[in-house]
Amino acid sequence: MVDTAARTTAANGVPGPVYDEPPIIEVRGLSIAYGGKPALQGVNLDIYRHEIFGIIGPANSGKTSFLRALNRMDAFTTGMKVGGAIRINGKDVSDWRNEYALRSRIGVVFPLPVGLPLTVYDNVAFSPRLRGIRKKAQLDEVVERCLTRAALWDEVKDRLDSLGSLLSGGQQQRLTIARALSQEPELLLLDEFSIAVDPVTTMRIEDVLKELRSELTIVLVTNLVQQARRLADRTAFFLMGELVEIGATEDLFEGKVKDKRTTGYIEGRFG
Amino acid sequence: MFTATRLNRRSYRTESVAKAVFCLMTVVLVIPVLLIVGTLVVKGAPAISWEFLFTAPTDNMTAGGIFPALIGTVWLVVVALLASVPVGVAAAVYLSEYAPDNLLTRTINLAIINLAGVPSIVHALFGFGAFVLFFDMGPSILAASLTLAVMTLPVVIVATRESLQAVPQAFREACWNMGATRWQTIRKVVLPNSISGILTGVILEVSRTAGETAPIMFTGATAFVAFLPGGVLDQTMAMSYHLYYIATQATDVPEELTFGVALVLIAIVLAMNAVSIAFRVYLRGLKKW
Repeated sequence: MVDTAARTTAANGVPGPVYDEPPIIEVRGLSIAYGGKPALQGVNLDIYRHEIFGIIGPANSGKTSFLRALNRMDAFTTGMKVGGAIRINGKDVSDWRNEYALRSRIGVVFPLPVGLPLTVYDNVAFSPRLRGIRKKAQLDEVVERCLTRAALWDEVKDRLDSLGSLLSGGQQQRLTIARALSQEPELLLLDEFSIAVDPVTTMRIEDVLKELRSELTIVLVTNLVQQARRLADRTAFFLMGELVEIGATEDLFEGKVKDKRTTGYIEGRFG
Repeated sequence: MFTATRLNRRSYRTESVAKAVFCLMTVVLVIPVLLIVGTLVVKGAPAISWEFLFTAPTDNMTAGGIFPALIGTVWLVVVALLASVPVGVAAAVYLSEYAPDNLLTRTINLAIINLAGVPSIVHALFGFGAFVLFFDMGPSILAASLTLAVMTLPVVIVATRESLQAVPQAFREACWNMGATRWQTIRKVVLPNSISGILTGVILEVSRTAGETAPIMFTGATAFVAFLPGGVLDQTMAMSYHLYYIATQATDVPEELTFGVALVLIAIVLAMNAVSIAFRVYLRGLKKW
């Protein structure tokens, strides 16, 4: 199914993508429209477990809409229509009658950091509490573990009671990541997470993502072509609502592309 | 290079004129307020005493105090709040957080805004027809309060809806993406951050309820009862109606008594508004984003 042979990332012996098992996400004939205006059409792709799947493309190419469809956010978006099939773990997302249960298993990070107007602690404990975890000790453990993973614990451990919305932008973005991790997701969707974050923080988060790959699957929408190159195992190029091509990231960046528009975008000739 | 052109000078002059006009209009606005409050204080203050506040009127309203009217107004306001706040807040939550943005919702929103523009005498006649006659409550605190509640519902709904919509959409999306339902999102994030605006709306409603006369005239207010209301089915005196009555219906009422009643009424309303403003300032200080 995939033209890339299964391989293991050498660094740290961290296991890489599993291409010889059924994909975690199968997308077939996906089309998305807002109020009758198409945003994405005819997308077919598979995303495999423990893969960082990069999506690049200029603004308005349908990247964010794709993530929203995975998460069934069309239910909260007036006028958004999703056609085709998206199967996660083999089950079509539209078959989840309780769509909240589906969303609770998918972590999402937005372009702009959203620290909820709750304390740092409550931000991270929000999702565990939704899952019914009430014991203080258990919540403490989740909060510390997720903040540590998101490279934020050392900076906030003495002020867990201060408001999450008052942290700096970069800290709020890591808080958002900690919150997504607190869902203990199998799937993490990142939408241009570094747009409002300084380069140093971006690198720290990228390191975190590389580690996380051993535990979960990441779909990384990014406006930074080089970020896809650094992180993604495979990369898809979206352009004006069309999936132009998918390839192993190295191949795309080494010029082994099928469509010359991809090369044009990667080399910065447009977009 | 650094000299003003003719255009610069003209903008400068226009700016001075604009500022002067706006300032003048503000003065025009402030003068009547000062005159009204000043007159009330000067003429009404001599009537104010503990005895005035805590005794019933005597001698055909020409002497004595306003106690039953004060208590009556409290009854009317409290019962009206109990009816309008739950309905108004819940309706606003539905309209703002649940209802899809379609023709029906927009029509309902428009209807609510129009309801706010219906003259109070029309509400009074509606209340008389609906509550006093049709539901057979008779002239009573209940009928009067429900009429007031219907009249002030739009205020509660609009204030609530606006404070709900002031909460950034990104907060809702963040919660939804974690699998929270709409209600979980409302309870944990939206309501705690809009409660200040909602309470301000409620307090403004209280001040309006306390001052209205027409809606209670036919529905439950009475010129004089010697006793305090014992329940919601009693008729009652009320500050606003009492003022109307001694100013236009009763004879030989000393002027200072009328002004005294007006002063107390306006003091109640202003105090409510002041509480509302102080509250808003306080809660804005706690604003979390």
